[in-house]
Amino acid sequence: MGAYLVRRFLLMVLTLFGMSVLIFVMLRLVPGNIADILVDASGADPADKAKIAHELGIDRPIAAQYVTWIRGLAHGDLGYAYVSERPAIEEIAPRIPISAKLAGMAIFFAILFGVPLGVISAVRQNTPLDYFLRVLSLSGLSLPSFWLGLLVLMAAVHWFGAIPIYDSNPHGFLQDVAMLGLPAMTVGFRSSALIMRLTRSSMLEVLRQDYVRTARSKGATNASVNYNHALRNALLPVVTVIGIEAAFLVGGLIVTETVFNIPGVARFLVEAILWRDYPIVQNLVMLIAFVVVTMNFLVDMTYMVLDPRIKFAD
Amino acid sequence: MLSRWAILAASCAALVTGAVPAFAQKSGGTLRISHRDNPPSASIHEESTISVNQPFMAVFNNLVVFDPKEKVNSPDHIVPDLAESWSYNNDKTQLTFKLRQGVKWHDGKPFTSADVKCTWDALTGHADEKTAILRKNPRKLWYSNLKEVKTNGDFEVTFVLGRPQPSFLSMLAGGYSPVYSCHVPERVMRSKPIGTGPFKVVEFKRNESIKLVKNPDYWKKGHPYLDAIDWKIVPNRSTRMLGFQSGEFDMTFDSDVTFPLLKDVKANKPDAVCEARPTNVSSNLLVNRDKEPFNNPDIRKAMVLALDIHAFSQILSQGHDIEGAAMLPPPAGFWGMPKEMLPSLLGHSTDREKSLAEARELMKKAGYGPDKPLKIKISTRNIAIYRDPAVILIDQLKQIYIDGELEPIDTTIWYSKIQRGDYQVGMNLTGVGIDDPDVNFYENYYSTSDRNYSRYKNPEVDKLIEQQSAEQDRDKRKQLVWKIEKILADDVARPIISYNVSNTCWDPKVKGLVLQVNSIYNGWRFEDVWLDK
Repeated sequence: MGAYLVRRFLLMVLTLFGMSVLIFVMLRLVPGNIADILVDASGADPADKAKIAHELGIDRPIAAQYVTWIRGLAHGDLGYAYVSERPAIEEIAPRIPISAKLAGMAIFFAILFGVPLGVISAVRQNTPLDYFLRVLSLSGLSLPSFWLGLLVLMAAVHWFGAIPIYDSNPHGFLQDVAMLGLPAMTVGFRSSALIMRLTRSSMLEVLRQDYVRTARSKGATNASVNYNHALRNALLPVVTVIGIEAAFLVGGLIVTETVFNIPGVARFLVEAILWRDYPIVQNLVMLIAFVVVTMNFLVDMTYMVLDPRIKFAD
Repeated sequence: MLSRWAILAASCAALVTGAVPAFAQKSGGTLRISHRDNPPSASIHEESTISVNQPFMAVFNNLVVFDPKEKVNSPDHIVPDLAESWSYNNDKTQLTFKLRQGVKWHDGKPFTSADVKCTWDALTGHADEKTAILRKNPRKLWYSNLKEVKTNGDFEVTFVLGRPQPSFLSMLAGGYSPVYSCHVPERVMRSKPIGTGPFKVVEFKRNESIKLVKNPDYWKKGHPYLDAIDWKIVPNRSTRMLGFQSGEFDMTFDSDVTFPLLKDVKANKPDAVCEARPTNVSSNLLVNRDKEPFNNPDIRKAMVLALDIHAFSQILSQGHDIEGAAMLPPPAGFWGMPKEMLPSLLGHSTDREKSLAEARELMKKAGYGPDKPLKIKISTRNIAIYRDPAVILIDQLKQIYIDGELEPIDTTIWYSKIQRGDYQVGMNLTGVGIDDPDVNFYENYYSTSDRNYSRYKNPEVDKLIEQQSAEQDRDKRKQLVWKIEKILADDVARPIISYNVSNTCWDPKVKGLVLQVNSIYNGWRFEDVWLDK
């Protein structure tokens, strides 16, 4: 167990190092930099470009820039944002809780609806309820979240005469819930559909296993068979997908944050990429990489909890 | 009884002068406006986008300003701002301003002539390291005739010009010419600028909001009426429109409401006040005359003859866009060639079939035809307002054996790409800060300008540009301007497809707003705006 943890931890560090090099180099391979954008877009004197590039240090060799970044990162210094000219940490930090809250609520919503509805769909296979849930999950997978988000906003404006977009000072609990709850449901709908379908197929497979039949022949109740015997074993692939969905939720948040006007990390990252704001992009992508790697690690740990045999195999 | 007579008298006076009676205005309230994107900074002098001007012009004052009550910016409607009066010397090479006394910056420091000198020293590149207040300077070209700024005491300043330049005062009157406070570091001016204007910056939160509050010490007593202006940055246009319809915003971002969207807005918010106006932003065609086969004048001419500018207008704005030459035509434009003269220009003929036949003949002469089309790439910035006309262009060029392929270019490299001539044909949008030939011609058509993207070089036009710039007689200057417009059109320098017209909407409780029709960059002081709550 201990050796496994150490090995996983070292793998995490190695992955993050590889990611840091990749992010750094790829960013600089993309044509144009902040000096180009600042000067060309405003039509300023091209001579200003070199001055700005020098001030920001982007005219230095890539290796030297990389060392400066990693050294700063090790000391908790994320550098200065090029566009806002403020410390990158001051730009990034306030946005993390907003996106984390949104992502957390979305994944909570996805699990809350996805797993139970998947189980119901499986145990009521080929009934009208099953057909309805399958259609519902299929629509969740097919509807683009920006379209769904706009539909939600239009409905809110039409029925309630108010638009639930982000407000940094919400007036009361209800606004607070609507402000993040609706976008979380919008983004979580797709994930819940995926989880629902996977839970259903996984449950159907497990429910046909010999040990389930044995449990039934021993007189166990339906609920006991479904939840104690079948669900626990059916959850392994579902946990994997939940982990992956949680890690890659940032992709879905970009659209939702834009439609619901939430000043979170995802929208900020897109804008930083457009501006080639290297300190913001590389630190944010590293943060996302860290979240993904950590989620994978946690998923592996959860496997061990759900299936004790994995420990022995290790 | 006396007061009733007073009200009647005031109303009559208001009707005669066209002004809103002073007693009607109400003070207080917060104006909430949606903003379309994240302004690159708050420093007007360093940027070239309405995204900066519209929210931050209210923080500053100019020396002089286009009369905010007039819809057309013209040299006849320039009123004092931080300058109380101005005068020229005999040979019109020295422009002296008497400055307003007792004006304070938002941080309490007094405004003096040193601030004026330091602002224009920075704009002309004369500032040393200590007085440098700009990281970049996109409008250096505007002031190439400004030789020196001299102060005479704390409240008088003289601009010394190399030669007479009648447009100079207009250039000082636009939204792009605020006076900066030189004791404030450039970095602060980009994030939380200090001005003398009617509103102070409380907060500029990137990706989120811009909050301005009333300046209680504003030198113009009784102004502004609003307590605050809140801008919420909402990059998604659908969300912005829904926000306006739901009452989340009192006003849309300038020119944000396209004609198809207007129907939706009016249907969902029937009481919305919406005004369509020209933006003085033109869609124009860039043909790189340094690249083969576009160095052949016949091919350039054929391309212009193939343009159906009315179809562009119909498709893009339901026919509202304005036909024009290099300058925005009247009545919105002050200097442009009158509408009745336009048909004489290349590409503006009403007989489309004849133009197409001529264009096909020219293409055949150059060696192209139905069996051997000219394959080209049409580059444009990868955003809808650029892409849409580019797609229409591709369709129209097909009729003269030109097979265009759309090349959408990321915004970040678009300008550098066209500036270095790395394109064949481009679809571009050009906004003009001030409706004045000097601003437009020197920037876009003068041989040595960096923004002469089509690489048009004509010594005769350069000479005419200089000549009109120095011409004092307005009618003679207009004649020169029209002559230049004709040559530019005939030479296919940068064919103008149309001038965009778009809508701005606001809630009926918003009063006192006057949109200026020949530049979107001016008229955003908000000091006369009030809320009728």
